Amino acid sequence: MTAVTPNRATHAAAPRKRRRTGRGGTLGSTGLYIATGVAGLLFLVPFYLLVRNALSTDAAITGENWQFFPTDLKWGNIGELFDDPTVPFARSLWNSAVVGVLHTLGTLLVCSLAGYGLARIPYRHADKVFYAVLVTLMVPSAVTFVPSFVLVSSLGWVDSLRGLIIPGLFSGFTCFLFRQYFLGFPKELEEAARMDGLGYWGAYWRVVVPNSLNFFAAIATITFISGWNAFLWPLVIGQDPDAWTVQVALSSYMTNQTVNFHLIFMATAISILPLVFVFLFLQRWLVQGIAQTGIKG
Amino acid sequence: MSTTTSHEVPRSAPAEATAARPRRFRRDGSTVNFWLFTGPFLIGLIVFVYVPIGWSLWLSFFEARFTVTPDKFVGFDNYRQMLENSNFTGSLVTFTVFAAFIVPLTWALSLGLALMVNRLRFMRAFFRSVFFLPTACSYVAASLIWKMSIFSGVRFGLMNTVLGWFGVENIAWLANPDPPWYWLVIVSARLWLQAGFYMILFLAALQNIPPELYEAAAIDGAGPGWQTFRHITLPQLRATSTAVILLLLVAAYQAFDEFFNLLSKTTWGRPPLVELYYTALGQAQDYGAGSAGAVILTLLICMVTLLQGTFMGFGRGEKAE
Repeated sequence: MTAVTPNRATHAAAPRKRRRTGRGGTLGSTGLYIATGVAGLLFLVPFYLLVRNALSTDAAITGENWQFFPTDLKWGNIGELFDDPTVPFARSLWNSAVVGVLHTLGTLLVCSLAGYGLARIPYRHADKVFYAVLVTLMVPSAVTFVPSFVLVSSLGWVDSLRGLIIPGLFSGFTCFLFRQYFLGFPKELEEAARMDGLGYWGAYWRVVVPNSLNFFAAIATITFISGWNAFLWPLVIGQDPDAWTVQVALSSYMTNQTVNFHLIFMATAISILPLVFVFLFLQRWLVQGIAQTGIKG
Repeated sequence: MSTTTSHEVPRSAPAEATAARPRRFRRDGSTVNFWLFTGPFLIGLIVFVYVPIGWSLWLSFFEARFTVTPDKFVGFDNYRQMLENSNFTGSLVTFTVFAAFIVPLTWALSLGLALMVNRLRFMRAFFRSVFFLPTACSYVAASLIWKMSIFSGVRFGLMNTVLGWFGVENIAWLANPDPPWYWLVIVSARLWLQAGFYMILFLAALQNIPPELYEAAAIDGAGPGWQTFRHITLPQLRATSTAVILLLLVAAYQAFDEFFNLLSKTTWGRPPLVELYYTALGQAQDYGAGSAGAVILTLLICMVTLLQGTFMGFGRGEKAE
C-alpha cells in the first residue's frame, strides 16, 4: 500500500531517539504494551458498540441480558434504513456529499489563490490586507452564527445548498495556512517558470500547484472532515428536511419520539464510514498536515 | 515530502519573505495580479465575515424580534438584558466548569498517549491510528453512541449494565442534574473525540526534541523516567503545550454539538452557544439580544486568549526551541 510507506519512512528515524529515552528493560516494555493496549481497547469500545447495535435487532439491543457479542447479524438493517420513509436519510447523505465536495474544492481554490497572492505578489498594501485577514481569526466562527444566519436569511439562502456551502468558503484560517506554506515554497521553481515567460497566473497553475499537491491534499482532507462533521451551521440553515445534512438527520433521531435503535445506529455507522476510510487511507497527509498546521492555530 | 522539511519550511519563511518580497518581478503589473489572486477571497471575507459582524453589532443596539431590519434603537438594553438573564450568565458558569474539566484532562490524556505511542517499538502506527480514529466521528455521532448505548439511563446501557454487575442501581445519567452525572457523559465524549488529535501534535513535537539533550541529561546523571520527563521533555514541549491549551480553550468556548444533542430536552448544562441558539433562533427569534450575547462572548474569548497569551508567553517558547 503506497499510502503507508511514507509513515514508515517518517518514523524510521525515531527509534534511535527512543532507545535512549526508553527504560529499555523487558519489564518496562511489557507494561507499556499492556497500558497502551488497555487504552486502545477503551478507545475502540464505542466503535464496537456502534457496529454491534447497527447489526442487531431492537430486542437484542434493549434486551435484559446484555450480550457482548450479538448472536446473528442483521445485514438487512441497511436496506430497512434506506426504505424508511419517515427520515430522508439517503437525501441527507447526498446533501452532505455534495456540500462536502463543493465546500472542499471551493475552499481550496479561493483560499490557496489568496494565500499565494499574500505570500508572493509584491503590493504596497499587502500587509494591511493580511492584517484584515488575521483579524477574522480573532472572532470565533461559532460565535458569528447569529449574524451569519441573519445575513444568509436576508439573501434568501436558507434551506439551500448555496447557504450551506458559500458562506463557509472564506476561511481566514485556511488562507493563513496557505500563505505560510507558500512563503516557504522554493522560489527557484517559480523564477525558472517566469524566465520562460509565464505570468503569475501561469506560473501558479503550471508550477506552484503541481508541486504542492501534498499540501493541497492535507488541507483538502482536513477541510472535508470538518465540513462533513459540521453541525451547528447546517442545523441553522437546514430547516426543511430536504436540506438536512447527515449530521442534522442524525440529530433528528435524538428528538424523535419513535425510537428504532437499530436504524439509528445503522445510520450513525454509515455516517462515519466515509471518514473512517479517509482516515485509514489518507493518514499520511492527515497526520502530516495536522502536525504541520494545527499547531499554528 | 518528509515531515522534517515541511516543519522547517514555515519557520524560516517570514524573514526570507520580508527581505525578498518587495523587489522581485516588479515590472509586470503585480498590483493587478495581487487583486486577481486575493480579490475573490477578500470579497467573500467582507460579505460573509465583516458584514455579518458589523450587522450583528448594529442589531445588538436595536429591539430586533422576528426582524433583521429593526428601527427601534434601545442603546445598551440588549446587553443589560443578557447580563441580567440568569440563563445566559449561568451558561458562562457552565462553560467555566466545562473548560476546567476538559482542558487539563485533554492536555494530560493526549500528552500521555503521545508519550506511550512514541515509546512503542512495534505496532506504533497501529496504536496511533486507534487513538486518532475517534477524530473521524462527529460530535453528533458520538452523542448518539454515548446517549443511547453507553450512558443510557436504563438497564441496557453499557455503564448501567457494568455497574449492575456490582449491584449498583441504574443511574439516570442525563435526566437528572443532581447529582450532576451529565458532566461525566459530556466530558468523556469530548475527551474521546479530541484526545487523538492533540496526541498527533504532541507526537510531532516529541519527535522534534534533539536526542542530544537526552544524552547530555544521561551524562549529567538524570535518571530516566520522571526526572528526564520533568527537566527535558516537558520544557521542550512548552510551545506545543501552550498552543494546545489555547486551541482547547477556544474549542471549549465553541462547544455546542454534544451539549445540544445530549441535553436537548433539559434546562441544565447549557453552554453559551446553546443559550444563544435558543435566544436568537428559538421561539422568541430575538436577534437583538442574541447579537448582544454574541458580542459579549466574542469579547470574553478575545480577552481570555490575550490573557493566556500573556501568561503563557505564546510564541516565546517557539523561538527558544
